[in-house]
Amino acid sequence: MKKYFLPLFLLSLVMFLTGCEMVVFQPEGPQARSILELINFSIVMMLFVIVVVFALFIYIVWKYRETAKNKDYEPEEEKGSIALEITWTVIPLLIVIALTIPTVLVTFAVEDVPKGYEDKEPITIHVTAADWKWIFSYPEEDIQTVNYVNIPIETPILFKLTSASTMQSFWVPQLGGQKYAMANMENELYLLAERPGTFMGRNTNFNGQGYAYMDFDVVAKTEADYEKWVQDVKQTAPTLTEEKYMHILYPGVVGRMTFNETHLQWVNHADHDAQIFLHQETYRNYYHTKGEGYEREYNTIEPRSSEEGGHNHGKRD
Amino acid sequence: MGNGIKFSEILVTGDPLILASQIAILLTSIAIVAGLTYFNKWSWLWREWLTTVDHKKIGIMYIIAGVVMFFRGGMDGLMMRAQTSQPGLEILSSQHYNEVFTAHGVIMILFMAMPLLIGLMNVIIPLQIGARDVAFPQLNALSFWLFFSGAMLFNIAFVIGGAPDAGWTSYFPLAGKEFTPNVGNNYYAISLQIAGIGTLMSGINFIVTILKMRTKGMTLMRMPMFTWTSFIASIIIVAAFPIFTVALGYMALDRIFGTHIFTISGGGEPMHWANLFWLWGHPEVYIVALPAFGIFSEIIATHSRKNLYGYSSMVISIVGIAILSMLVWVHHFYTMGSGPVVNSVFSITTMLIAVPTGMKIFNWLFTMRKGRIQMTNAMLWSLAFIPTFTIGGVTGVMLAMAAADYQYHNTMFLVAHFHYVLIPGVVFAVFAALYYWWPKMFGFTLNEKIGRWHFWLFNIGFNMTFMPMFFLGLKGMSRRMFTYQEGLGWEPLLLVSFAGSLILAAGFAAFCYNIYWSFRYASRDVSNDPWDGRTLEWATASPVQHYNFAKLPEVTGIDAYWKMKKEGTTGLIKEEIEPVHMPSNSGIPFFMGVVFTIVGLFLVFEWLIPALIASFLIFVGLIMRSFDYDDGYYVGVDEVTKTEQSWRGDL
Repeated sequence: MKKYFLPLFLLSLVMFLTGCEMVVFQPEGPQARSILELINFSIVMMLFVIVVVFALFIYIVWKYRETAKNKDYEPEEEKGSIALEITWTVIPLLIVIALTIPTVLVTFAVEDVPKGYEDKEPITIHVTAADWKWIFSYPEEDIQTVNYVNIPIETPILFKLTSASTMQSFWVPQLGGQKYAMANMENELYLLAERPGTFMGRNTNFNGQGYAYMDFDVVAKTEADYEKWVQDVKQTAPTLTEEKYMHILYPGVVGRMTFNETHLQWVNHADHDAQIFLHQETYRNYYHTKGEGYEREYNTIEPRSSEEGGHNHGKRD
Repeated sequence: MGNGIKFSEILVTGDPLILASQIAILLTSIAIVAGLTYFNKWSWLWREWLTTVDHKKIGIMYIIAGVVMFFRGGMDGLMMRAQTSQPGLEILSSQHYNEVFTAHGVIMILFMAMPLLIGLMNVIIPLQIGARDVAFPQLNALSFWLFFSGAMLFNIAFVIGGAPDAGWTSYFPLAGKEFTPNVGNNYYAISLQIAGIGTLMSGINFIVTILKMRTKGMTLMRMPMFTWTSFIASIIIVAAFPIFTVALGYMALDRIFGTHIFTISGGGEPMHWANLFWLWGHPEVYIVALPAFGIFSEIIATHSRKNLYGYSSMVISIVGIAILSMLVWVHHFYTMGSGPVVNSVFSITTMLIAVPTGMKIFNWLFTMRKGRIQMTNAMLWSLAFIPTFTIGGVTGVMLAMAAADYQYHNTMFLVAHFHYVLIPGVVFAVFAALYYWWPKMFGFTLNEKIGRWHFWLFNIGFNMTFMPMFFLGLKGMSRRMFTYQEGLGWEPLLLVSFAGSLILAAGFAAFCYNIYWSFRYASRDVSNDPWDGRTLEWATASPVQHYNFAKLPEVTGIDAYWKMKKEGTTGLIKEEIEPVHMPSNSGIPFFMGVVFTIVGLFLVFEWLIPALIASFLIFVGLIMRSFDYDDGYYVGVDEVTKTEQSWRGDL
């Protein structure tokens, strides 16, 4: 850890000054942690570059600035120096090589089941992004949630990402890096949480009017709590109907919901020929309410704490 | 009218901000027309500007357009920072915010950075290579008017029909008819296409100019660095812009003619757009950055009173950057899921760009070493560039690392990075260049004292605005969010950022005031060579006479004018003056600009029949040009002698 002292010191200073923590620097799982190690390493290297360039810059500008004394000094022409020029080509090249090796290793590592958990059977969760909400389907448990996802800790979760409409990017910074969710295709992302907690998830890829509201919570629970939640849902949550599902897909912002059964029985948006849910008229009319006051515009988005039809797990703020 | 927009929908109504803009636009237009009529300036405007083919005047028009667009893009930026300065503000609705950041991105890259740099290239390159104009003067005017037509079309979108709202990257499927059915994104497809044709022609024009119009003795390896970088940038333009042309063409087909190239519902391929867009978009960054590097090279050498350190390695590094710029586009969507092998390859190519760029930084530093650094405003901007651009560069390397990028992608960290690259790398360069070459264009220097205000306000504001964004990104804030919840720890940073943007705006205001003040009060008694320059543009009058050089200079080495001064060969012998052949003005380029605007508007509104009819006028313009037998005219020896005597004294 010694070599990371300076950057970590600087970062903690900034954190202190801004009075809050940075999610990227608070990994809660092996994927996020290995990325963070890579980031820390790159920060050390880059700080080295910055220190060298800044020091040279300050020294040269200060020393050779024009003053009253050297007004008559006429600098000599200089051709350049092969040796020096090779030096400042080779050193950056070495830095690039030093960065490349861990980059490639981590890039490969985060595509796989998290290290140390290879024996554990992963849980598959289908993620369907829509305008402007996140839908999570548990095919094994036959449960569907909206805008939050419960996972057991110390279990690799295989998120299968797709979209029912525009392109989104699925990001849970404390658990790992992001990946796009695109219609008619599937991306896979392994994440794992090591301790219980609630972690912020967010869409980072701009996709229209409700984009800013497209966040969700990942709630990591102990295995026992997770099992209990599954049983709870089985007993209390309403069953998802096709009509209800279409209603959820309708462009707008909704609150958390929980259902028995998943929409995968009717449609998997990842299929190449899955039908796209289109609502052109909504987008068009929606657009033209613009300028008639913000109130009316928001009215076309359902309030985010809507409990309508769904089993509500606490209000979102 | 088919399935296009209805008449009742043409004018955007309802929003008080937009209503105010509409009134302001109307009043300004009336004021301009009335002013021109009152001062009887219509024929002056037509003769001196609208029909000009003089590369210097065209350059100045580009620069004026660029500064005006900078104002527009800057206002958009201010609105964004104001809207996010507190959680839950309602200054802008989400739709309005989306239109504003889309306009900000497009305008700053394509209608601010591009015209300012192309304008400078226009003014300076023929002078630096000792030519009397560009290779195709009338084509040059056409390039300008097409750029201007595209820029105007894009700018009226927000009052007529509705503005584009899918981001400057306009990713499909969002930018398709399925999700943005209104005309806004038609403006994107059509106006950028028109401006892009102009840019492509500029690129060709500059390549030919630099290859064919160099004066005697100006070999490639004796060219000034600004000419070199502009030459390579022009090659990238010719390599990259056709890709954008095709992509925009597909987009227009999808949106206006109902094809399914990028849609999802009709089996199109949205990521195809992302690939084509960044195949153009990444090189585009270097199209604007390379000429800027050239500007810094010129200014740093002149104001250190030394030649550029490592000239040949500078040339090699530009070529290296140009080649690599075409090989890195995938780093814009590592998160697409193309797999670790692809991502690793593109990580490596991307990081490699740091090598030639680092080389340049060290060459600039060593140009200053053992020199005598004069702190003029032009030099201050060049100095400020080095540390700020280094921050942009190293964060670029961090973003280049695929796995790490999974945590930065589309966050404010990225926004901070590219502002730290593009503002020092383009805006600082443009300011430096304007302070440096202003006397060459207008015959007076900008005020140094007001310039200091401009410099410090802008620099403090810039760092205050964008430094917090690095941390916002690491705190999980993604880009393009019009609002956010309390309690995420973003508020203080966003507030600092907003305050910074106000200081930044004050810096820009100081710059505008400087232009006004200097225009009114600055001394017109400026020599042809106020900075003791090294390259040929300083060998001729300030402002430059329309024929540039009475006698084309002969070049014997790098830094031609410096050498001439040392050898005492800057004079002009009266007997050697010959008549100068110059191209005639033409109204055709302006006419074409108007026609393209009309066709563009019809296409935006999807009125296909009127568009088809109007596009015949394009052929009319082409035919008029084919029958244009005007071979230009000669400036007589007497006139040349008189002009030269007016600034050189007796010959």
